[in-house]
Amino acid sequence: MNNDTFEPTIIGFTCNWCSYRAADLAGTARMKYAPNVRLIRMMCSGRLDPTFVLRALSCGADGVMITGCHPGECHYIEQNYKALRRYLLLKRVLKGLGIEPERVKLVWASAAEGARFASETTLFVEEIRKLGPLNWGKADNGPKTIDHVESSMVNRLSSEKEVPA
Amino acid sequence: MSDKKQERVGVYVCHCGSNIAGTVDVVDVANWAAEKLRHQGVVIAREYKFMCSSLGQELIEKDIKELGLTRVVVAACSPHLHEKTFRTAAKKAGLNPYLVELASIREQVSWVHTDKAVATEKSKAVVAGAVSRVIENVPLEEIKVPINPNTLVVGGGIAGIQSALEIANAGFHVYLVEREPSIGGHMAQFDKTFPTLDCSACILTPRMVEAGTHPNITLLTWSEVTNVAGYVGNFHVTINKKARFLKEDLCTGCGICQEKCPKKVIDEVYEAGLGYRKAVYTPFAQAVPNFPVMDKENCTYFIKGTCKACEKFCPTGAIDFKQEDQLINIDVGNIILATGYDLFDARRVSNYGYGRLPNVFTSLEFERLSNAAGPTSGNIVLRDGKTTPQRVGIIHCVGSRDKNFNNYCSVICCMQGLKFAHLVHERTGATVYNFYIDMRTAYKAYDEFYQRVLEEGTLFVRGKVAEVTDAARYDREKGKLIIQVEDTLAGKQRRIPVDMVILSSGLQPRHDAKEVGKLFGISCSTDGWFTEKHPKLDPVATMTEGVYIVGCAQGPKDIPSSVAQGAAASARVLDKILQKEVALEPIKATVDQEMCSGCRICNSMCPFNAIAFLEDRMVTEINPALCQGCGTCVAACPAGAISGTGFSDEQIIAQIDGLLWRTLEVEEAVAE
Repeated sequence: MNNDTFEPTIIGFTCNWCSYRAADLAGTARMKYAPNVRLIRMMCSGRLDPTFVLRALSCGADGVMITGCHPGECHYIEQNYKALRRYLLLKRVLKGLGIEPERVKLVWASAAEGARFASETTLFVEEIRKLGPLNWGKADNGPKTIDHVESSMVNRLSSEKEVPA
Repeated sequence: MSDKKQERVGVYVCHCGSNIAGTVDVVDVANWAAEKLRHQGVVIAREYKFMCSSLGQELIEKDIKELGLTRVVVAACSPHLHEKTFRTAAKKAGLNPYLVELASIREQVSWVHTDKAVATEKSKAVVAGAVSRVIENVPLEEIKVPINPNTLVVGGGIAGIQSALEIANAGFHVYLVEREPSIGGHMAQFDKTFPTLDCSACILTPRMVEAGTHPNITLLTWSEVTNVAGYVGNFHVTINKKARFLKEDLCTGCGICQEKCPKKVIDEVYEAGLGYRKAVYTPFAQAVPNFPVMDKENCTYFIKGTCKACEKFCPTGAIDFKQEDQLINIDVGNIILATGYDLFDARRVSNYGYGRLPNVFTSLEFERLSNAAGPTSGNIVLRDGKTTPQRVGIIHCVGSRDKNFNNYCSVICCMQGLKFAHLVHERTGATVYNFYIDMRTAYKAYDEFYQRVLEEGTLFVRGKVAEVTDAARYDREKGKLIIQVEDTLAGKQRRIPVDMVILSSGLQPRHDAKEVGKLFGISCSTDGWFTEKHPKLDPVATMTEGVYIVGCAQGPKDIPSSVAQGAAASARVLDKILQKEVALEPIKATVDQEMCSGCRICNSMCPFNAIAFLEDRMVTEINPALCQGCGTCVAACPAGAISGTGFSDEQIIAQIDGLLWRTLEVEEAVAE
């Protein structure tokens, strides 16, 4: 697949209080942006377990966008800082796994920033388009079906989660 | 997941008129879901013109009953709009409301994409995600908590006063907190109000007195909120009552201390820098409460250690130089923020010369000049304090509708400019010019006022003023301020010499609006005004339940609109109080103590102190009353012992799989 026809698939994690509402606002204002991102709503970017990102990447996503409230504006006081820390760690893990860390991006967008949400989304899609398909968990590059991916991921994730006492 | 019983899912795709159906092939989405998602448990997929209509809801209710649906997915608008509608419908049909998921294919698909094929594809993915997720949903019950009937109103301008009075009159207690020594806000500084030319103080002070003496209102002036904890129905608020250096129970408000105080200070707040006050002062004669405050920074005793003239002369011994700030803790159920606005700083428009050219005045300065109780006893004079101007120029839109400053329209400046024109004309007989970009006189009796000012002979020049200067080019300009403007109706450049320039400055958010917003857990728009829950249908509520915004804190507005919002928020609060309890979303974290290893990683995660470590059993416990449901601890637990209801690992992972399942399917089809 060459990069001109490649349409990336991106999973976006959004915070219920800011970026999800920014997405709503972009919709209400009919701002157009790239259709490649599919959103998942969470109560806070602090809810983002980094394994969700790995899960998405291993199941067919070419990139993951994490969005949350601007620093200092978290609905839950400071949980977006925890998301930031996990994000930075996760990027190092991705590098270790041989995946371009740029496939995961953290974007701050307040509830009022529909335009920012739209433009950041389009920008990220273009960035991923340049990187090309990830092909982790695709036919020629690992487990083929959801069930295969699932069982292999669950095993891998559960072993990752076990922390020595 | 295979050990679960097969759920029976119903999928409902909404056309939303043409809002969705115009860009998404809704019939295709529904047919696809019925066929391709059958293996996941979809037993019925329908599309309908308006799912949120009563007929649409009945469709779902009927299917729940007749087809025995155990899960429902509605592909329609944002859950922030209609989640409640469909949850209620499910509940009516006997299905737990939390077994309903909304797939947002309007805000996230049809309104933001143009290609129908692409939009339809994305809709299918979003629906697949919602179906996978809803299967993992578990029945939940709302948590009911009692509402504290007390209310906190922050800000004692007209909007805050109105809010406080409405609630107090209904028989409930209000704490009215004001940062300045007196309530009254900006309205107390004005001379006249447009368009009726009512005396501002005459209509405001009775309200102030009512608020000050109302048995249901605890007035805390010279006070600021320093901390807010808790949630709707149960806020715990800390207020710093700054030292007045005066015993309020002894003070009679006689004013002798102010009379005897030897220290004169320029009054930057109430008199806008045009007049003086003493170091111990009440800002104005009708102040409520009528106790003075001591300005510690300027008081001779605090600076030099001697004086105490006020103490010597006070007939009741009310002066107390040892008084300290006092922290007051109160519990309230609801909070109304009426924190108002700051005037745009006209110095920023340097080409208009404010601060450099003495006879350029701001709108607030002019209000004080024209006020009979002001520093010039209502005489409109130049900065020298004696010369009456012959020619006056009023410039509109100062700092507003200007990309260099604020993009928005400040709403009140046109009418304010017209009011000034009328007052100058009436009191001085001067020739008055109004420089405007567009004349905005919406609302009742406003345009009639414009007509009246036109008939009075005020001259109107349409054009944005380029510069105000004292550099004369011609003899007739000598000693004058020259207004350089392009008259866009006449199509020529004009230089108009005047004696006085009044800048109809715009309104802007309080300088500390962001910090105040953070304190109360609400956000600001890009312009800096507090963000309402819905711009059309919920203009006084905020995203944080139990916190309301009224008056100019929400955006520029005139007095009638501020009063209306003040009353509107009170109605919302009274509604809450009368319900006696509030239903909270059951989104909470819980610890499976069998799985908890006692590592305590989660203990430091919670900003609400909801997580406690049980030393005796070496496990962690979460207090559901304190948990706000953010889920940070859930993500942090290395043992996977914490689960978050409503947003569980299972739900999110299922949604990821669902969203991506479609991708794999399409690619495989292409490969084949």
